[in-house]
Amino acid sequence: MNGTIQAPTIEYALLSPMLIVFGAAIIGVLIEAFAPRYLRKSIHMPLTLLALLGAFATTILGGVNGLPTSASAMGAVAVDGPALFVWGIILILAFVSVLLINDDEQFVAQAAAVPGSSDEEEAVRSGYAQTEVYPLLLFAVGGMLLFSSANDLLAMFVGLEVMSLPLYLLCGLARRRRLLSQEASVKYFLLGAFSSAFFLYGMALVYGYTGTVSLKGIGDALGVVSGQETLLLIGTAMLGVGLLFKIGAAPFQAWKPDVYQGAPTAVTALMASTVLVAAFGAVLRVFWVALGGLEWNWQPVMWGIAILTMIVGAILAITQTDIKRMLAYSSVAHAGFLLTGVIATGAAAQNAKALSAILFYLAAYGFTTVGAFAVVTMVRDAGGEAGHLSRWAGLGKRSPFLAGVFAFFLLAFAGIPLTSGFFGKYAVFAAAVSGGAVPLVVVGVVSSAIAAFFYVRVIVLMFFNDPAADGPSIAVPTVGTSAVVALAAAATVVLGVFPQPVLDLADQAASALFIR
Amino acid sequence: MPWLSTLMAVPVLGAVGVSLVKNDKLAKQVALAVSLVVLALTVVMATRFDPSSAERFQFAEVHQWIPRFGVHYGVGVDGIALVLIALSALLVPIVILASWHDADGTGAAAPPKRSVRTYFALLLVLEAMMIGVFAATDVFLFYVFFEAMLIPMYFMIGSYGGVQRSYAAVKFLLYSLFGGLLMLVAVIALYVVAEKNTFMFPELIGAIQDPGTQKWLFLGFFIAFAVKAPLWPFHTWLPDAAAQAPAGAAVLLVGVLDKVGTYGMLRFCLELFPEASKFFTPLVIVLAVVGIVYGAIVAIGQTDMKRLIAYTSISHFGFIALGVFAMTKDAGAGATLYMVNHGFSTGALFLIAGFLIYRRGSSRIADYGGVQKVSPVLAGSFLIAGLSGLSLPGLSTFVSEFMVLMGSYERYKVAAIIAASGVVLAAIYILWMYQRTMNGPTAESVKGFTDLNARERWVVGPLVALLIVFGFFPKPMLDVINPAVDKTLSSVHVTPFTPAVAEKKGAGQ
Repeated sequence: MNGTIQAPTIEYALLSPMLIVFGAAIIGVLIEAFAPRYLRKSIHMPLTLLALLGAFATTILGGVNGLPTSASAMGAVAVDGPALFVWGIILILAFVSVLLINDDEQFVAQAAAVPGSSDEEEAVRSGYAQTEVYPLLLFAVGGMLLFSSANDLLAMFVGLEVMSLPLYLLCGLARRRRLLSQEASVKYFLLGAFSSAFFLYGMALVYGYTGTVSLKGIGDALGVVSGQETLLLIGTAMLGVGLLFKIGAAPFQAWKPDVYQGAPTAVTALMASTVLVAAFGAVLRVFWVALGGLEWNWQPVMWGIAILTMIVGAILAITQTDIKRMLAYSSVAHAGFLLTGVIATGAAAQNAKALSAILFYLAAYGFTTVGAFAVVTMVRDAGGEAGHLSRWAGLGKRSPFLAGVFAFFLLAFAGIPLTSGFFGKYAVFAAAVSGGAVPLVVVGVVSSAIAAFFYVRVIVLMFFNDPAADGPSIAVPTVGTSAVVALAAAATVVLGVFPQPVLDLADQAASALFIR
Repeated sequence: MPWLSTLMAVPVLGAVGVSLVKNDKLAKQVALAVSLVVLALTVVMATRFDPSSAERFQFAEVHQWIPRFGVHYGVGVDGIALVLIALSALLVPIVILASWHDADGTGAAAPPKRSVRTYFALLLVLEAMMIGVFAATDVFLFYVFFEAMLIPMYFMIGSYGGVQRSYAAVKFLLYSLFGGLLMLVAVIALYVVAEKNTFMFPELIGAIQDPGTQKWLFLGFFIAFAVKAPLWPFHTWLPDAAAQAPAGAAVLLVGVLDKVGTYGMLRFCLELFPEASKFFTPLVIVLAVVGIVYGAIVAIGQTDMKRLIAYTSISHFGFIALGVFAMTKDAGAGATLYMVNHGFSTGALFLIAGFLIYRRGSSRIADYGGVQKVSPVLAGSFLIAGLSGLSLPGLSTFVSEFMVLMGSYERYKVAAIIAASGVVLAAIYILWMYQRTMNGPTAESVKGFTDLNARERWVVGPLVALLIVFGFFPKPMLDVINPAVDKTLSSVHVTPFTPAVAEKKGAGQ
């Protein structure tokens, strides 16, 4: 100690995607504070889109410039191949979701107003439009970027919270069915807070065992420290609970259907795609980088969780009567398929293969999901979106094109060849088989077959049943919404027919695995 | 010229064209024209096929598709694939002609009007996939077609079928999908265990040596094919699907799609997993024989024409599986020939039953009677098609059934003898159905029947002609099939029992 404080070195160029998003979010808050109400939206919208585009561009630039070999920001953030790939997906999907959010119909005029109160009527009458959506979204996206690339547990926790808190709020903003929306928000908040607490406590226990919060440090310490394994194992379990909650693995899936159903659909689209991507980034980092040496202990548990997740997701989805709840359980099942990839560890080459498979799956699934929820926003009743499945009967006759696109998304979820979902599933299952997890893959295909049942049931409803007399109307899509649907459909086709370029990219991103 | 790619591209482009045409009538004509072009191309390709060539897969095209997974766009045909592609290319124009009014809501039993263009576009897409599945020489590509072709058929049954169409369509899709997904596991494991970094079929032959692994992989493939074919006890979806599907779709379902199952057994199960195939042969033979007898007996008890024909097919698929797994030259060639003949025979039966149903609006046998007095040509062609179903000598089905029985008798005497009882039962179900519908006093509801019109004669005529021609002169087809079957069996390392004397048998009628 010589009395001077060393300034930390920060790799601004590498971290610029995150900095751009956070910077734009803060500017967004200032706009909320200072810009006149009528101008806000027209400032927010381009700002948000530009920020996401800029962040995406710098992400690509980071990939082109070559990857660093050590962690950035004094070891807090690892900008490696997988991180850049995950960032890229999150930013594109967030961009697409913003296009969906650009539709006033979906959001409540004033979030603070009690549903049905005179305040609310007042807010509607005076034409308030919600604009804090944009900065909130940017904060959430920034949190995702940090969460998925954090190289120590503290930074990861900060990322987790910055990602989650705005999402809790966003869930409560639905314009219609306010109570459902607020209930979703509160549930998500309470359960999310619990899971964060688990994560934090797990972190403390692991710190107690290893004396460090850095992922690399934990990984190194596993082989050195002896005694008090209980501390480590309980800590690992708790970290696992916190992370598995975010991906919605069973038995921590209970929040998903409620939250997906209650949240404004555009926000659901954002959550269903990007949060899953970010959370898998974090899961992989914690379990492969920090706890890789503990494989023998967590793998059997993870087997059980993967099997449970696939089966619970597939079976509970069958009983659903609401389209958004059904898609929520479907997302649970998909989280289970992805977990088979997380388990498929082995030598470095095998790990790279499994990692690349997961990355490809996330990209494929994310696009299809956003597309599917975009279609959901367009099928409307007098009281908002027509969520109940019976309302979808005969949609194929009334608007064959929309129903056809939705059927295509469903087939992609079911993993039918010539859709992106097939290659995603193929990639993770292939990785799992070569990692020796054949029974897991058998469970995977059996639950895919069960899952196919409820996807197909919706297709039957749309195409083979006669339309209800007072069926829902199809909203004329805004330019944004049509663009989202078109983009998602295009991605689903292209990744299903010519997946090679994206597979190459994923391979490249995964080849060096995570930096420590 | 990339023959096979052209054969697939033409119907796909045709389907796009058909769906863009605004006029329903024009759409049908375009669809028919496209399918005839495909047929013509197939005929030209078939004449250029050289059965004696040392090259196993002719007209081969191999391009990288997804190098990351070792997947190629690999197509090529040997004799077996060629005759099945020819069968598909032939049946599609016939089906299009026969389905002229299936989708437009006319006819006594027609479901409400649906999009006509979509129906014909789906037919053409299905044709491309049928050609692709038989032409694929890459196991992964085969799997992709195998699964993807479910989708157009699913929509054809579900949108254009009978009263219980959506139940039948979902049952069909889920059964097939489930089998297909088990096969997916086997496909993945095949790639991983073989360690060849390729899915090209010729390179995978002999790649799996470990007998234990072979058995598991065999089961993965075999169950998928057994569901598809379908073999007893995986058959329950077929009667529902075939009975609810519109007649044209039923022809393609039973005539071609199901052949993918037996074709897969012959091509992939036997050659990729020879030891396992031999190990499981007794089991498969038992399933096949049970299916032959069970399908025939249940067919006798049916009251619905389309269900009856579906059950006869289950019996016939038992014969084909028996022929495939007997692993003798005669039985193998017979089974392949059977696949083609069964397509003609069942196709004719379904289509003529479809014409009856179009007139009367019911598929119940009890609703008919004495049709031959009012529609002699209809009844006559129904009789010929029926007789081909019971393998009357002089019709092409006899040749194949005889070869299967004789070839399997060499190895499995008991099985062949029991299977032969299926021939007797066939006489009962066919003739009894004919008697109930066509003979006897003319039922009140049948009196107004018209005879086959020109379009319908054009549908039935070619099929009946082929049944008779190949009944007397199967040589051209056998010349194509025999070398391919020889090559298949030689890579299974089965010593052939007798030299093929099939030509004599066929010509000796």
